[in-house]
Amino acid sequence: MSGTILTLFNGLSLGSILLLIALGLAVTFGLMKVINMAHGELIMIGAYVTYVIQSLFLKYVPEPFFDLYFLLSIPIAFLIAAGFGILLEVSLIRFLYKRPLDSLLATYGVGLMLQQLARSIFGAPNVGVQSPSFLNGGLTIGTLVLPYSRIFILSLSILCLVAIFLYFYRTTNGRRVRAVMQNRQMAECLGVQTRRVDLVTFAIGSGFAGIAGCALTLLGPIGPTIGTYYIIDAFMVVVVGGVGALVGAVVGAFGIGFFNTIFEFFTSATIGKVLVFMLIIAFLQWRPSGLVSSRSRVLDE
Amino acid sequence: MGKIMNQSIFNKKNLLLLGFIVLLIAPLFLTDFRLNLLGKYLAFAILVIGLDLLWGYTGVLSLGHGIFFGIGAYAMGMYLKLEASGTTKLPDFMAWSGVQELPFIWVPFQNPILAIILGIFIPLMIALLLGLLTFRNRINGVYFTILSQALVVVVVTLFVGQQGLTGGTNGLTSFNTIFGFSLASTTTQTVIYLITAAVLAIVYFASKVLINGRLGQVLIGIRDGENRLRFLGYDPAIFKTFIYALSAGIAGLAGMLFVLQVGIISPTMMGIIPSIEMVLWVALGGRGTLIGPVIGAILVNWAKTSFSESYPDIWLYFLGLMFVIVVVFLPDGLMGLFKKFQKRWSGLHDKQPDSARVEKNYS
Amino acid sequence: MKVKQFYLFLLMVAFTTIIVACSGSNGASTPEEGSSGSTEGTSDSDEDVIEVGILHSLSGTMAISETSVHDAELLAINEINENGGVLGKQIKPVIEDGASDWPTFAEKAKKLLQQDKVATIFGGWTSASRKAMLPVVEESNGLLWYPVQYEGMESSPNIFYTGAAPNQQIVPAVDWLLENRGTKFYLLGSDYVFPRTANAAIKAQLEDAGADLVGEEYTPLGHTDYNTVIAKIKSEKPDVIFNTLNGDSNVAFFKQLKDAGITSEDITVLSVSVAEEEVRGIGADAIAGHLTSWNYYQTTETPENSEFVAAYKAAYGEDRVTADPIEAGYFGVYLWAAAVEKAGTTDVDAVKEAAKELEFQAPGGLVKVDGENQHVYKTVRIGEVQGDGQIKELWNSGEPVKPDPFLKGFDWASGLAESLGQ
Repeated sequence: MSGTILTLFNGLSLGSILLLIALGLAVTFGLMKVINMAHGELIMIGAYVTYVIQSLFLKYVPEPFFDLYFLLSIPIAFLIAAGFGILLEVSLIRFLYKRPLDSLLATYGVGLMLQQLARSIFGAPNVGVQSPSFLNGGLTIGTLVLPYSRIFILSLSILCLVAIFLYFYRTTNGRRVRAVMQNRQMAECLGVQTRRVDLVTFAIGSGFAGIAGCALTLLGPIGPTIGTYYIIDAFMVVVVGGVGALVGAVVGAFGIGFFNTIFEFFTSATIGKVLVFMLIIAFLQWRPSGLVSSRSRVLDE
Repeated sequence: MGKIMNQSIFNKKNLLLLGFIVLLIAPLFLTDFRLNLLGKYLAFAILVIGLDLLWGYTGVLSLGHGIFFGIGAYAMGMYLKLEASGTTKLPDFMAWSGVQELPFIWVPFQNPILAIILGIFIPLMIALLLGLLTFRNRINGVYFTILSQALVVVVVTLFVGQQGLTGGTNGLTSFNTIFGFSLASTTTQTVIYLITAAVLAIVYFASKVLINGRLGQVLIGIRDGENRLRFLGYDPAIFKTFIYALSAGIAGLAGMLFVLQVGIISPTMMGIIPSIEMVLWVALGGRGTLIGPVIGAILVNWAKTSFSESYPDIWLYFLGLMFVIVVVFLPDGLMGLFKKFQKRWSGLHDKQPDSARVEKNYS
Repeated sequence: MKVKQFYLFLLMVAFTTIIVACSGSNGASTPEEGSSGSTEGTSDSDEDVIEVGILHSLSGTMAISETSVHDAELLAINEINENGGVLGKQIKPVIEDGASDWPTFAEKAKKLLQQDKVATIFGGWTSASRKAMLPVVEESNGLLWYPVQYEGMESSPNIFYTGAAPNQQIVPAVDWLLENRGTKFYLLGSDYVFPRTANAAIKAQLEDAGADLVGEEYTPLGHTDYNTVIAKIKSEKPDVIFNTLNGDSNVAFFKQLKDAGITSEDITVLSVSVAEEEVRGIGADAIAGHLTSWNYYQTTETPENSEFVAAYKAAYGEDRVTADPIEAGYFGVYLWAAAVEKAGTTDVDAVKEAAKELEFQAPGGLVKVDGENQHVYKTVRIGEVQGDGQIKELWNSGEPVKPDPFLKGFDWASGLAESLGQ
């Protein structure tokens, strides 16, 4: 019994991690049709921001307040990653809105440069971040231990999801974004500054990658190449869920999370991974545009 | 005077011939090591012709060609490994992994001819099956690209995981002989190099014929307006599958020539990173031309060798920058750039005698 | 037609490039004919230097580990040069990047040996990179000094192995654990050659000792979610986890193990791929109390070590740490230099002969080259990770242990050795 609950929780936890890394991508790829391969490197930036803030806290802030570094680094990681996103959009992405495959290649190049930049600044070895003490340990229910860090990430991903949802569906700016994505020319005619909308949307998507990077320091390594571990998974989530729908990303993330955990539990991590990806390939044969797809009569998208 | 010469001797065909001759006589003026490198670049050049047929002409971007290349290379590697281990003993890595007798998948590779056929046939069949399914279900553009990455993850994870069958991360290495000839000897390496150059020429001209024919027009039609073509009664899925399988077969062929010259194949060569780099070679040379990607493959790999020899840490910046610049500002690659120059150049040339001709030339 | 003119231009550019590409680096140093001569066929201006190759991954995933070894080898070369060099000549390092890609290792090794004609190569980290370089160094009768512990089952006449063989790290660690920590073992490793081969040996050893193997799990390289694995471990309740995970996966595993509420008192994890450098990436708080097995720690108390640690920090920064592979890379350079001095030449065969039974006071204690298998005698040390990221030695073998890469000296391993036909 407790095994089943634990498996459920693990699936939920993995799903929430996938959701967190894919949320930003669901915005940039899903809404804007930009394939940002540097998304993984934006996650890495978020992780390094956390490391830098932690180091500053270790040096300048008295010990009782040390734990606060983590709460502080979430918004800062968001801002800095968003800043990189703005830089990327202005210098590169805006030339590529009509050429999604080219955006893939160009941003891959950017990713390579960011990796090397991180290596030049922080050195090639991984750096360590000490988790804040309030996230140590776990919630004990009977024989079960649910780690606080995982519960924290689960709540953080839900929080981010709600924030994105509110922004896109309950604010004027969000409505403008959706208008531009649905019909750019019409929106332009109605006086929406489409360039600004593009820029802001891309910045938001990038910012969420920063948050993901910050959260992942609780669970994983922090090094120049960590982005490459997450990027493929993030794309799978968005594609399986259906490009263009936030709900899709949620279903995709938790779906992949559950299947991965179950396969891994009954076979091995390697076979589990192979099975999940084969399942994704098979699934896309069945639903080429993902679980949640908006119906459209447009032929050549 | 120069112009007359251009028109008489230096036409396109003669130049290609000249290029081929330069490649053929390269063994005379290159050291063994450099010749070996050039041979490797040529193997990559073969691969990119296939990739260009798929991407440049048909508009389908596959980020999974590394696995086809790798499977071809593994097919050849398995034969070489068996030959190196002799008839009685198992390949060394199998013994460490506790494999007792030769797995049945390995049995056909004892025969070199069969190994070569399978090295082309297996990638081709995988691509055919996946293509039939995928293109029939109208998975297009970006979705296909991402799906091809998923395929890479599956294949690479399997190859790494099945250590007893594939040698795991180490891959296959430590080969001795091919058809009884020592792989290390200069003569064998020169012959392999010449075969590679010849294969490149054959693949190039075959592709040229293919592209100049009716099929080429259909492929470009698919790239530029798939649905229009569909309304005209063509089934794009069949054509795409055909070209996908063809390019996978070419990749397998290139992989075999690669392993003969480099002497090792491992899963790192099949991963996502090499697969994306291959696409860069095509983009840099100029997609949608056949000679462009060949030049691109040779140029980028040469740059990689010499840059990483002198400045290993700058190489990644350079590579990244190359991606960005080529894709954003030179979408037609070097070929496009040269065409632009050539237009301007010929424009200047003709200005002196007759300025009116400039306009004409432009159209 | 102007198109033709243009093709002329284009193809000329292409051909020039190819030619320059392929003869490029040659032109700078020596004329073609000179380089095909003897192994010492360097040009006149280079007569007072000996070139050696350094070949590690400076980019890609393995750069995490390999850059430090690269640094240590350069440090050793500088020290030797300051003390007058070898045979009165200065050592000049030729640095290449293996880029975490095994065919690149083969290519670069070939370049170093055949084109630069280096006297020896120091390099490699993963077994895959060594396996890639092996045919190249054997074919051109070069020399390679490989500084990392590995799974054994190899003994190339052209490679010196300065890291631990299995009987100098894994076997004694299993013995120690059986004696001190319990008999229920769980084997966890990354899915590649070293863990699988090492675990095959461990399983034979456990069976021989009558111990329990309760689980065995491999995760893909770069795996970062250990929730499910930890759940499996919990349900099996082992005394000991023998950890052969590689690189980044260790970070994820230890952080998540701690979060799952498993401390070193519940289950001891002994790692063979986690040294001081990796501890920093994991975070000392997550791994403190767990064990490692190596031949050297930064805290090892020898006069040579205090000098080495001080020199390393002075060269690369106070915050850097030393570790076993770093030390092995460092003393590998010294061993080679000593062998060259003894042989009076850099000729590979003479150096190999001179290196036999050569002894050296390394930072980790006395090391001696085994004349037969070209591995080195080393002292085995089991240590516990401390809260400050350093490792405290709990046990050592007392004297250098003779290397036994094929585990010939162990009855339980006879099946393994037999299947190799050795």
